[in-house]
Amino acid sequence: MASTTDYLLSVEGLTVSFDGFRAVDNLSFYVDNDEIRVIIGPNGAGKTTVLDLICGRTRATGGAVQFKGHDLLKMREDQIVHKGVGRKFQNPSIYDDLTVFENLELSAPGSYSVFGALAFKRTGAIIDRIEEIAEMIFLSDLLDQKAALLSHGQKQWLEIGMLLIQDPELLMLDEPVAGMSVAERKKTAELLNTITKGRSVLVVEHDMKFVEDIAHKVTVLHQGKILAEGSMDAVQANPKVIEVYLGH
Amino acid sequence: MSDVSTLGLRQSRLFTASEILGYLVLAVVIFIVIPSALDAFRLNLFGKYLTYAFVAIGLVLCWGVGGILSLGQGVFFGLGGYCMAMFLKLEASTPENTAIQSTPGIPDFMDWNQLTELPWWWVPFNSFAVTVFAIVAVPMVLAFVIGLAMFTRRVSGVYFAIITQAIAAIATILIIGQQGFTGGVNGITDLRTLMGWDIRPDNAKTILYFVSGILLFAVLFVAHVIRKSKAGRLMIAIRDREDRVRFSGYNVANFKIFVFCVGAAFAAIGGAMFTLQVGFISPTLVGIVPSIYMVIFCAVGGRSSLIGAVYGALLVNWAQTTFSESFPELWLLAMGALFIAVVMAFPMGLAGLYDDYLKRHVDRVLAPVDRMMIHRAARRESEKLSATRATQPAE
Repeated sequence: MASTTDYLLSVEGLTVSFDGFRAVDNLSFYVDNDEIRVIIGPNGAGKTTVLDLICGRTRATGGAVQFKGHDLLKMREDQIVHKGVGRKFQNPSIYDDLTVFENLELSAPGSYSVFGALAFKRTGAIIDRIEEIAEMIFLSDLLDQKAALLSHGQKQWLEIGMLLIQDPELLMLDEPVAGMSVAERKKTAELLNTITKGRSVLVVEHDMKFVEDIAHKVTVLHQGKILAEGSMDAVQANPKVIEVYLGH
Repeated sequence: MSDVSTLGLRQSRLFTASEILGYLVLAVVIFIVIPSALDAFRLNLFGKYLTYAFVAIGLVLCWGVGGILSLGQGVFFGLGGYCMAMFLKLEASTPENTAIQSTPGIPDFMDWNQLTELPWWWVPFNSFAVTVFAIVAVPMVLAFVIGLAMFTRRVSGVYFAIITQAIAAIATILIIGQQGFTGGVNGITDLRTLMGWDIRPDNAKTILYFVSGILLFAVLFVAHVIRKSKAGRLMIAIRDREDRVRFSGYNVANFKIFVFCVGAAFAAIGGAMFTLQVGFISPTLVGIVPSIYMVIFCAVGGRSSLIGAVYGALLVNWAQTTFSESFPELWLLAMGALFIAVVMAFPMGLAGLYDDYLKRHVDRVLAPVDRMMIHRAARRESEKLSATRATQPAE
């Protein structure tokens, strides 16, 4: 067996309890470079909590999370981002009062300090990069639009764009196609297929059709524990999984 | 990829035409309309109102832009005012002026409280340079400590507001309790000269009014630059989606501490000018009630508009003076009603009303000027920008 440092992300014995309730219980899994891993499971299985724990939003009670040899559990959210972990939230999380352009600009890496941000000047390189990303996320014509005025699907794309401009090595997406129309969903699947090249992706998703399209490997969570792990076909054939999740 | 001419358009501009017009109108109001319409007494009152505008501008950055509601700005206003008052008091307490005291040469209230020598921390305030430095530095250090303690622990919203209110209460109690060092409930009074220049006559007060006006524009400019920088846009982002900002790689607490310190410094400059123009400082300007008034000035003007904050401070104070001269007992009720009206009916204050009803027309008239400004800026910027782009255009 390979040592844990060979993986991009290794999660070992991860546990969090809220007032005695173990939302995530002694969870271990490993994500390779360039792997697309999907976490599925019934409501309340702890899927979103796992993402929260990795990105530092929720503090773990026990266990270890190693990313490229760094212990993420000891770091602040912004430090974890600087190591190369990006996170997209379930509900589109964007800055309503700023334009699409400004949303992307604030997400571009660099000038993270207060005085760096005060002295920040737009350069041609950043403007080009923002326009390039805007084209990928189908928002080229809306750069000067206030983000509040975007449709739900466009907001989801904008947040994906905000992550893209960060260029993270590990991209964590929480239900990226939830609430989208069929057409938007198709476009999003294409978008994800292009942006996931050259990085690892950890996705939480309910839409099984979408999971089949993108997943390399699937982890099934149930009550904070791993129920099954493997290829989509293997997982779908697993009797335990059928019983708790897919069957009904 | 955009061509070079549109590249320049993307550069953020420090001023739009309508913003320049806004500042010009404000300058005309402060430097021409008010001084020519009022007698020396009323002008001095407006000088006092201007000092509250400094606080309101700081609150726009903290509250309107950054989402940090502080109900303790009076503390910083008071600290600035007390620093200035300490210098003026020491200057007024020459051994000749205080010859009848049992210890001549110390401020009168210290003598009344049986102090026989100047406390060590009063000594630096013999120097005007130290005083000017302290007026800005002392409140900023306090704001930094409060900010560090609160924002790194992620105390925000209502909880932060309550804590700042508690600090305002503590500050008042401390000042009143330490009578021998602070002048107690009376404050520091009987201030006479600033480096030999008598601040009491009408013409001195008129000069101080204009000094306040100039300082106000300096503060407005600093606030405007912050507001228009990437840090300003980040503050709006933090106000709306704090979590997202964190997961874009920023340490949110640092930005909050910064803007809170800036707000404190602005309030303190206002406080120092207050002392100069009114001739005293007292704990009644430090506590919870004046701090809440300051928030009302900001809310009435429009909490996210720098210019609105100045009008808010001037209008509410002018209304207060006018009203309380005729109906002293009704004023407090009117103030309460005004605040409720602002929150319920026009939450963005006067600036919001302007945005809804007038801005359209102003923008239409100014559109050609704005276009001209944009194109001039674009030409200038595109040369610079095209030099910094990562890849060259294909053609």
